[in-house]
Amino acid sequence: MRNTRLIARLDIKGPNLIKGIHLEGLRVIGQPNEYAKRYYEQGADELIYIDCVASLYGRNSLGDMVQNATKDVFIPMTVGGGIRSIDDATHILRCGADKVAINTAAVANPSLITDIAHRFGSQCMVLSIEAKRVGPERWEAYTDNGREDTGLDVIEWVRRGVALGAGEVLLTSVDQEGTRKGFDVALVRAVTAEVSVPVIASGGMGTLEHMVDVVETGAADAVAMADILHYGRASIGEIRAAARNADLNVRKYGND
Amino acid sequence: MIEVAVIDYGVGNLLSVGRALEHCGAKVIVTTDAQRILSADRVVLPGVGAFAEGMAALEVNGLDTVVRQVAARGIPLLGICLGMQLLFDHSFEFGTTQGLGLIPGRVVSIPSMTSTGQSQKIPHIGWNQLVVPSHSDSWQDGLLVNISPGDAVYFVHSFMAEPASADLRLADCHYGGISISAAVALDNVMGCQFHPEKSGEVGLRVLKNFMRR
Repeated sequence: MRNTRLIARLDIKGPNLIKGIHLEGLRVIGQPNEYAKRYYEQGADELIYIDCVASLYGRNSLGDMVQNATKDVFIPMTVGGGIRSIDDATHILRCGADKVAINTAAVANPSLITDIAHRFGSQCMVLSIEAKRVGPERWEAYTDNGREDTGLDVIEWVRRGVALGAGEVLLTSVDQEGTRKGFDVALVRAVTAEVSVPVIASGGMGTLEHMVDVVETGAADAVAMADILHYGRASIGEIRAAARNADLNVRKYGND
Repeated sequence: MIEVAVIDYGVGNLLSVGRALEHCGAKVIVTTDAQRILSADRVVLPGVGAFAEGMAALEVNGLDTVVRQVAARGIPLLGICLGMQLLFDHSFEFGTTQGLGLIPGRVVSIPSMTSTGQSQKIPHIGWNQLVVPSHSDSWQDGLLVNISPGDAVYFVHSFMAEPASADLRLADCHYGGISISAAVALDNVMGCQFHPEKSGEVGLRVLKNFMRR
């Protein structure tokens, strides 16, 4: 079994790290790169930066922030929010990002997925999906922080996105996000059963058991965490130890 | 202060490589200039992407010759990811392409079947553990001194180097039961398939070792 990746997710609005519930009602947490450095030093496997308001303004403003983070953070970084073109992707990769996460622009123009995969490799192209439950075992894809319904069925969309070249999926449950009530495990299970690329489960981690559940039952390849880290309810080290106690494979870190 | 020239031939995440070297105390110059490369204390050949394009990009600026001069003059040279693969004789990625020929061996695709016949994901992406290759010395000195077998580093690649002899292999990693060459060395010419600049503290230690050498 491969290592389960433990990923710290940083949602950004302007200069601030923020946290919402159901991706809304955003509350300011602090200075993003202070948290990025802390999570790096705690042994996070990767970081994800998402510009929450970028799609609204039609641009990603995280270039400078990511560029600064590369002074202190020496793990892979995925950056998303408002990336609409090859040029946008090129810019953010030059700023030190390793992968781009794309939601709105991929829905509007699915060929962008292929273009980015061809240009930078599919490992660089993360398809970001905001999923809302619309019935038993049925979810629809949303954009703009869960505000705009695309009408796309999540399972069909993820299958298509991977066929177009997406090398990884960032799967956020709008229903669970910020609630601390656990991941939408059925959603994650349905997506991991459908595609062979790695799937990052995001939204809802309240306890360490939630992580174990989404990996064991949902078959998530990676777990994105925000609230539980930002509010200091657990450190990456504690989460890593809990994963190991539950017999999940995680990266060997430091002396542990 | 140790001056490290990072060769800028249009491929790869140069910013991250430079920042990691700076963090390790280097004065970093990102350059295509032959004189500046040849006068540096250390030279890094980074790279992401396809072998043929990488080689062509080097040749356009005559940098292939410069890199060979670096090796011939005994300046410590570190190839990273594609940069490591380019050090070898040739690659079979989309046809056969000649490499720099600084380390005997070739570059082939990672088998898409595991040793037990199951299909496996290509590219090989993510954290994987470094292991001491069979018939090899432990890491008493050189690039991996103070790295422990089992330490994890970050990989992103679809092709892998096959050194012509086992003693060129400094470290391997295991993927689907297959041994992948993770670090190689021949005198002053070194390479790592993983990204030390994205491999946390372990990766930074590798870069420090390279600078100390």
